[in-house]
Amino acid sequence: MDTTIEVSGVHKRFGPTVALDGMTFTVQPGRVTGFVGPNGAGKSTTMRVILGLDAPDEGSALVGGRPYQSLRHPMRYIGSLLDASALQPSRSGRGHLLWLAHSQGLSARRVDEVIGQAGLEKAARRRAGGYSLGMRQRLGIAAAMLGDPPVIMLDEPFNGLDPEGIVWMRAFLAALAAQGRAVLVSSHLMSELEDTADHLVVVGRGKVIADISMAELIAAASGGRVLVRTSARPKALTVLEDAGATVTATSHDTLTVAGLSAERIVAVLTENAVPFSEVAAHRASLEQAYMDLTSDVVEYRAEPALPRDNTAEARR
Amino acid sequence: MTAGTATPNRPETRPGHGSEPAGRDSFGHVLWAEWTKFRTVRGWVIGMVVAGLLTVLVGYLSAAGSQTGCGAGPCHFYVPVGPGGEAVTDSFYFVHRPLAGNGSITVRMTSLTGKLPSASGGRVQAGHGAQSSLHPGLEPWSKAGIIIKASTRQGSAYAAVLASGDNGVRMQYDYTGDIAGPPGRPSAASPRWLRLTRSGDTIAGYESADGTHWIRIGTATLAGLPATVQAGLFATSPAHSVTTSKGLAGSSATGGPTLATGVFDHLGLRGAWPAGGWRGDVIGGGGPSNPYPVQGGGYHQSGGAFTVTGSGDIAPDMDWGAGPGRSIQFALVGTFFGLIAVVVVGAMYITAEYRRGLIRTTLAASPRRGRILAAKAIVIAAAAFVAGLVAAIVAIPLATRISRDNGNYIYPVNALTEVRLVAGTAAVLAVAAVLAMAVGAALRRSAIAVTFVIVVIVLPYLIAVTNLLPLSGDQWLLRLAPVAGFSIQQAIPNYPQVSNVCSPAGGCYPLPPWAGFVVLCAWAAAALALAVVLLRRRDA
Repeated sequence: MDTTIEVSGVHKRFGPTVALDGMTFTVQPGRVTGFVGPNGAGKSTTMRVILGLDAPDEGSALVGGRPYQSLRHPMRYIGSLLDASALQPSRSGRGHLLWLAHSQGLSARRVDEVIGQAGLEKAARRRAGGYSLGMRQRLGIAAAMLGDPPVIMLDEPFNGLDPEGIVWMRAFLAALAAQGRAVLVSSHLMSELEDTADHLVVVGRGKVIADISMAELIAAASGGRVLVRTSARPKALTVLEDAGATVTATSHDTLTVAGLSAERIVAVLTENAVPFSEVAAHRASLEQAYMDLTSDVVEYRAEPALPRDNTAEARR
Repeated sequence: MTAGTATPNRPETRPGHGSEPAGRDSFGHVLWAEWTKFRTVRGWVIGMVVAGLLTVLVGYLSAAGSQTGCGAGPCHFYVPVGPGGEAVTDSFYFVHRPLAGNGSITVRMTSLTGKLPSASGGRVQAGHGAQSSLHPGLEPWSKAGIIIKASTRQGSAYAAVLASGDNGVRMQYDYTGDIAGPPGRPSAASPRWLRLTRSGDTIAGYESADGTHWIRIGTATLAGLPATVQAGLFATSPAHSVTTSKGLAGSSATGGPTLATGVFDHLGLRGAWPAGGWRGDVIGGGGPSNPYPVQGGGYHQSGGAFTVTGSGDIAPDMDWGAGPGRSIQFALVGTFFGLIAVVVVGAMYITAEYRRGLIRTTLAASPRRGRILAAKAIVIAAAAFVAGLVAAIVAIPLATRISRDNGNYIYPVNALTEVRLVAGTAAVLAVAAVLAMAVGAALRRSAIAVTFVIVVIVLPYLIAVTNLLPLSGDQWLLRLAPVAGFSIQQAIPNYPQVSNVCSPAGGCYPLPPWAGFVVLCAWAAAALALAVVLLRRRDA
């Protein structure tokens, strides 16, 4: 456990705003952990506390079992990307990686390695001010990889990526986890994490709402429902309800059915000569699961006017 | 840039805290990183080069723009140089005899009087030799007494015991040496006895109220004093100067030559004084800093009493920009403009990180925050130091040569002083850069930080050189503001035994060179300490 992130009971307040209210979770090695929650839930603040940038009012955050401040070359323990746009515009991408490498006692050879990994060979010697957001994200990833750390922590890495970049990022994160590293990735959009994260830490209002594996969450959210595709939707709806099911129309040719097994549905539809093209176990989207999960915490969903997640940005 | 590149390399050994070389000095790495940061932003490197170029260019323009002519052609000055290598004024009336080997001279002095230029209608009339326009009075540093001098050549070694206008009895030697004796001016009611004794290279000065009980004022060692020296009575009195107006255009002064007259009796000589009697000579007669012709002088002897009258001064030559002579520090006037460039780069070096949020990346890479500021201070100081060093090394020979070609006289300074000027210029830029960086760290915004530092450094300097405040106000600014650091560039020291107005426009600062530099360092240290406290306390 000592190569991961351990956050326990962290409280943090910015003036009248409570940013973190007893945030507690642990990131396991060998998998991608999604850190998800609406804007203002405390994701970025938590990451800043982990990196020793913000001092917690209470509680502790450990990296590799030690407080960040005590790490001699911290980027060899944890690679992080908080804000891809935090660059000196007139410095080249390579120059940026070079000073970071030197701060960790690493040489220019390592810089050229990570430039290759991030696919930045062509852009590396250009001014970083001219980079697209996608290139900045890649540069940030390259920086996080400099110290070849066992723990990687990325804040909203999918922001600003084009579809190709999103595919690249997913594959990259999966490869990191497969190598046995602990990967923590924040997002305010569940859909971004759907094919990426193995585990989820769902947060709202500065604390953890759910700490759950992706499979468990989807299974729980699916609730044994069945999807039916039919060209005769009104008739199918009637006969299935008559058979005792709870039916919801989800599109012009699909229904979601609860309360009946798939076999029983096929039997009822055949019996009544209702045509259908598909009957399958319903797989809830992560977004749906997330909504279901957080429906209890109505209070924060009903408050869209919460301060933005990036409190530092709000303070600037 | 395809998904196919998304395979991070995996080294054989697993990374982690166990793999880190233990005991490695991570401050070296922080320093390395900060240096890489500096050199990878072209604008900052260019800014330092510009600082150096400005320093040289302004010095060059200042030298090229100042011409001095004397009739048809450049002036040829003769400025005596004292035993210490400094330019001196050495003009007085000398009643002397040779003294062979060791011996002594003792005298009773019964009067010191003098004449000053007359004031009419509130203005001091510059006298042009017309004795009638003089009225009785003494300059504070009018002086008459006894002197032992290597020869009658200007600039030769000497030691003297003398009575002065307002500064009591003194022992002075080799132009820069000055030891105070008892206060008061000799008169018939309270005469002063003075004595000088030579023993090898050592000369001792004594004073007595009654000719019986002597006190020793001090001793001077005049290295290489010849076996036979010239010894006797002297009188001299520096030019009178009154500042008549003061404003943005500078100050203007009027004045004129003065005279001092000493009356002596009970002359006693010991040792070998070859026969031949007393001889009176005018020593010197003007120089670049002595625009008034020496009034001449003379002596007469009646019985055992001597009356000696003279004009001039025996002192280091320090004329702050009033004459055609220039101190080499003028070659460095551009430092001030270089400083502005350095200050901008120094502040930007850290405020740029705050502007982009890059400071968080910096702090995440090196969590010990005090070390980051220490590393930044070292890097920016080193860069500014190199810029200042190169600029000073180029500017001094360039500007002094052009200035000489234009007919100016450059006061000589010794090699150590020249080294101080060069290294001091570099050090002033270095410390100012640290000050700017520290202020930038505390204020976090480029525009505010640069404005603040410019106001703190530049404004006091401008106020002082443009004479916006009364002179005493200028002096306090130059003691307390960071601009006090420029006093390290003062080539010719302030000597209290010379009456001269010490004004920054002339390159004279109220604090000694190192003390002024320490004031600047104190500002930088205070700002840096504040920046460390704030950086440690604040969330990033």
